[in-house]
Amino acid sequence: MTMASWHIWLIIITLGVGTFLIRFSFLGLLGNRALPPWVLRHLRYTAVAVLPAIATPLVLWPAATEGQTDPARLGAAVLALVVGYVLKNAIWAIAAGMGALYLVLYLGG
Amino acid sequence: MFSTSSKSAYWEGFLASLPFLLVVAPFGGVFGVVGTEAGLNLAEVMGFSILVIAGAAQFTALQLMTENAPTLVILASALAVNLRMAMYSASLVPHLNAAPLWQRALVSYLVFDQNYALSVQEYETRPERPTAVKIAFFFGTATAVAPVWILSTYLGAVIGALIPPAFALDFAVPIAFLALIGPALRTIAHVAAALSSVALSIAFAPVPYNLGLILAAAIAMMIGAEIERRMEARS
Repeated sequence: MTMASWHIWLIIITLGVGTFLIRFSFLGLLGNRALPPWVLRHLRYTAVAVLPAIATPLVLWPAATEGQTDPARLGAAVLALVVGYVLKNAIWAIAAGMGALYLVLYLGG
Repeated sequence: MFSTSSKSAYWEGFLASLPFLLVVAPFGGVFGVVGTEAGLNLAEVMGFSILVIAGAAQFTALQLMTENAPTLVILASALAVNLRMAMYSASLVPHLNAAPLWQRALVSYLVFDQNYALSVQEYETRPERPTAVKIAFFFGTATAVAPVWILSTYLGAVIGALIPPAFALDFAVPIAFLALIGPALRTIAHVAAALSSVALSIAFAPVPYNLGLILAAAIAMMIGAEIERRMEARS
């Protein structure tokens, strides 16, 4: 990372304040005001819309292989996603993904 | 607030939250490890887990910082990941609105996916309980989860420096993201939003300043919401 220390802290503190305000929004600031249904409908999809867009380039073009698509990493990623989806459990997903990657890297030398 | 029923509700919440430590501790540890590997010092890694105290947003910010994304893109993406918590906040209002402001502020700081889900479930099962008892239950669910998140980050940061590159920890970050996505795919609309997000992030990969990410996420979110609307209209 090439960021200056003040820049890193600027991001940490802004995110800290912003995240608190999101959590405090209705409990502390807006009270019982109802959100319009269309807003609620969009809020339900923020996480599943943002996270895959971040993960996809990391999976397809890993930094460790200098951006070359790596079958071992791609397979491990698909396995982690499927295990997480089927078992609805994040820890088994991580264990399956990293376990598969270690196994393939070990066998492949 | 320290009546007998508050006390027992506090311990009910505490006990109910213990299984989630199996999720929270490894995630905090991974954040500590990858944060250190990415070049953050111990204070900065801890700053994230103490001040932001939200796993998915922390991983998002960290990843975009290593990609040297513009500050505004980093902030917008990480805060967008946290927007679901506005929904959590709104759904806690009917149960906790009568509590003093300082308690509502402390609850807000401690809202995690896991203890939020536990608390709302409890409030909907026993809506007649007084506010003080409901607050006690919430604090019970947060008592172990929040310190374990912070402590496991610390251990990850300290241990991470000792882990050799052969462990392919570079890939712990995308795996951590995927592990959050899989369990969140509850309906067809969630799956459609996630698939759109994947396709659009590839299509928009050449867009400069990581703005492709913002575009992909915004469109994917609208696709999810639109599919939900149509499915409700049909039923």
